[in-house]
Amino acid sequence: MALPLDNYLGIHPQALKLSARRSEVLAANLANTDTPNYKAQDVDFKSALAASGKASTTLPMVATQASHIALNSPGDALTVQLKYRVPNASSLDGNTVDSQMEQANFAQNAVRYQASLTFINAKFRNLMTAITGQ
Amino acid sequence: MPSFSIFDIAGSGMSAQNVRLNTTASNLANADSVSSTAGAAYKARHPVFKSVQAALNQPKTGTSVKVMGIMQSQDKTPARYEPGNPLANSEGYVYASNVNVVEEMADMISASRSYQNNVEVMNTSKDLMLATLKLGQ
Repeated sequence: MALPLDNYLGIHPQALKLSARRSEVLAANLANTDTPNYKAQDVDFKSALAASGKASTTLPMVATQASHIALNSPGDALTVQLKYRVPNASSLDGNTVDSQMEQANFAQNAVRYQASLTFINAKFRNLMTAITGQ
Repeated sequence: MPSFSIFDIAGSGMSAQNVRLNTTASNLANADSVSSTAGAAYKARHPVFKSVQAALNQPKTGTSVKVMGIMQSQDKTPARYEPGNPLANSEGYVYASNVNVVEEMADMISASRSYQNNVEVMNTSKDLMLATLKLGQ
């Protein structure tokens, strides 16, 4: 009997993937703090996580050539749609990065990532306890 | 973190800020340089940043930052009357650099803060990556 490991771990693997993707987006924002006309982006965590949990009901399109642009499938958290941030105070050079806010978001995201890791770790420990019976 | 591109992004930010710090150092060092002609006088240098996507059909990759080039300030180079200066022209004028020292100091602080931000991003990502490696142990 195959172990339904994906179901056992719950939403945490998807949350982990999404957090990793979000940290990339926030790192890009922080790297472009001084780039003129750069618009800060972010992942809509809630809706992206909700979408990644649902299985795709439509048939996927096949990419038969390397130049084909991949479609966003709802089952894949890594191809999540990015949204532009609404700036609190816009700067003259067209840059919308607020580095303090980005730092706060980055820290929050890191804690989320670590929380997901802790949850998965605990699940594995429970499994080990069940297997060894000790 | 399954992807290593975060290191490329933060690294590109660090290298761009490093170029900015270099130009600031050059500007501050040459703030008092003089020259005999207005054209040859030292002009303040500033880098131009641009965000770049790794590839068009790879929307997954984040945007890193790239230094497009170094631009020289178009401000006027002030003429000073210093007939005793060996570099003075026939009328006794020397042309000073157009470096604004206060502006450069502010630029330096901004660049060093941005650099620190990128280092912090890299450190946090490294810690999370190491924690992921230890998963299940």
